[in-house]
Amino acid sequence: MPLAAHATSVPVIVDDAKCIAAKGCTVCVDVCPLDVLAIDLVKGAAYMKYDECWYCMPCEVDCPTGAVTVNIPYLLR
Amino acid sequence: MSAPKTETIEADVLVIGGGTGGPMAAIRAKEANPALRVVLLEKANVKRSGAISMGMDGLNNAVIPGYATPEQYVKEITIANDGIVHQKALMAYANGSFDMIRYLDKLDVKFEKDGAGDYAVRKVHHMGTYVLPMPQGHHVKKVLYRQLRRLRIGVINRYMATRLLTTADGRVGGAIGVNTRTSEFLVVRAKTVILACGAAGRLGLPASGYLFGTYENAANCGDGHAMAYHAGAELANLECYQINPLIKDYNGPSCAYVTGPFGGYTANNKGQRFIECDYWSGQMMLEFWRELQGGNGPVFLNMTHLAPETVGEIETILHSNERPSRGRFHAGRGTDYRNKMVEMHISEIGFCAGHSASGVWVDELARTSIPGLYAAGDMASVPHNYMLGAFVNGAIAGEQAAAFCADIDLPDADADAIAAEQDRVLAPTRREDGLSPYEVEYKTRRLVNDYLAPPKITAKMRLAQERFAEIREDMDHLVARDPHELMRALEAQSILDCADMAAAASLFRTESRWGFYHYRVDHPDTDNANWFRHTMLYKDANGAMAHRTRPIDPYVVPVDATEMTAYQSLRIAPIAQAAE
Repeated sequence: MPLAAHATSVPVIVDDAKCIAAKGCTVCVDVCPLDVLAIDLVKGAAYMKYDECWYCMPCEVDCPTGAVTVNIPYLLR
Repeated sequence: MSAPKTETIEADVLVIGGGTGGPMAAIRAKEANPALRVVLLEKANVKRSGAISMGMDGLNNAVIPGYATPEQYVKEITIANDGIVHQKALMAYANGSFDMIRYLDKLDVKFEKDGAGDYAVRKVHHMGTYVLPMPQGHHVKKVLYRQLRRLRIGVINRYMATRLLTTADGRVGGAIGVNTRTSEFLVVRAKTVILACGAAGRLGLPASGYLFGTYENAANCGDGHAMAYHAGAELANLECYQINPLIKDYNGPSCAYVTGPFGGYTANNKGQRFIECDYWSGQMMLEFWRELQGGNGPVFLNMTHLAPETVGEIETILHSNERPSRGRFHAGRGTDYRNKMVEMHISEIGFCAGHSASGVWVDELARTSIPGLYAAGDMASVPHNYMLGAFVNGAIAGEQAAAFCADIDLPDADADAIAAEQDRVLAPTRREDGLSPYEVEYKTRRLVNDYLAPPKITAKMRLAQERFAEIREDMDHLVARDPHELMRALEAQSILDCADMAAAASLFRTESRWGFYHYRVDHPDTDNANWFRHTMLYKDANGAMAHRTRPIDPYVVPVDATEMTAYQSLRIAPIAQAAE
């Protein structure tokens, strides 16, 4: 069976202006228990790659520049 | 097909799971013998993994001199579990509880103390006093991590253990793991293995439908239960599900343990109390369910009567520890504790000894039924052990493993078993199309809700087994397009194993016990004559799921028959309610 590509909103938002991934920071990616964040190498910023969030907040709390915001996933809100 | 990239390392003690019990097991094994090669393998990153990713707001089962004795605690937990406990393991925990608190205190974990510097213990349980708040408990993982570094324990992050290695003579021989970002393999040949993989928290589907909106850290999906099962270990009392009273939709604790000592309480839609005690037990959950069924629902946590200063203090604790995003959730719905009760509901099912009583069987020395294999924390069978139990039992496992491996040689690795496991793991990466891990997981968990959640009905559970057998065939069509999806595909297989175990264990025990956790409509009575025993589930020589019972070991703390029913009368009597 072929797979569909389907769109979903993601709860974790990264402020590209504050994110210092371009300088080598990977803190939010490192601490995520579900491993759902990644670095966009073109933009030089972190982003939520997989919509599999436990809204636990280490990415937000541990971010050195306050670039990350964890929202409650829409289905739960 | 070329051989997958594989690295092999050796260890004296391999700990699988870097959440709570796992780090403590590694720490204590290394402290017991600094010459040992201790390896801690973690699917995520030890810094923030496991149930206490964001810390914990209190110890729920502290046995502190002056407030409780180990004997009182063992008795209370025996009663709360309708007698089905291995008391020696409870006693080992209770005896180690205070020493562990002082050890954690020394490592700089902050506990609430009174003006005299004594621990400020609170009462939440039905009988005794065991709750020690940790208003600054958000730093627990940092403290553990610091100690792991200090002791130079080998931490390997982002490897998911998939199967245990065993020897021809039935010992454990290590484990095989796969990197969740590269799909490269790691074989750890080890003299001893400690499983600390947490709860099977992704078993039922949350009512929200969001796969990861679970009570437990969603990474804790029953990998440990599945690995133990496939290695031949016995799992105990799996029919004693974990079902929790949680914030509706958010699916996290609301949390009565924190708010209760301040005066918060569980109420029905009339704002009335209906249970005497908010301590999580199967009996309490049964009353909660009855209240919902009886038309008095929803059930709420009420703090509207508390002074604003008190509510402020509660908010500080609840919105910075354990599940801090609950503050954000309440804000989104306009719920202010001062003027609106918090809507609660009954969670989906899971396996978790932290709150109920099921898991991989361990004795008082954290030993499983396989020599050299230990287990601790939410996945091991010590009832109601919470975070402090994971620490204490993890410590016991670490010390025992350190002693055990002193006298044995490193087992040989079975190359055929490793190759077969690599084929199983990589199968979803070798397909062009088929089923995504997400739809397979969703369907499994939706069926768990439909057919396995209590009230348990025999005919429904048999249907569940038919559907699960079909999904097992569907696993041959799983597709993973990258290493991350492969991790989810492997997890989906662990989840199906746990679903099958939940059905089989629930069908085996033909009585009702533990309140709502094992309420069987076709067998509504508790049958002590036939079922005052542990149930043990295991994989037999033919690879089939099998059961036996295990007698309850003689109690080390006698419990009078009149005391045994204390948790069965949690509902507030109608007369008392009318008088309110």
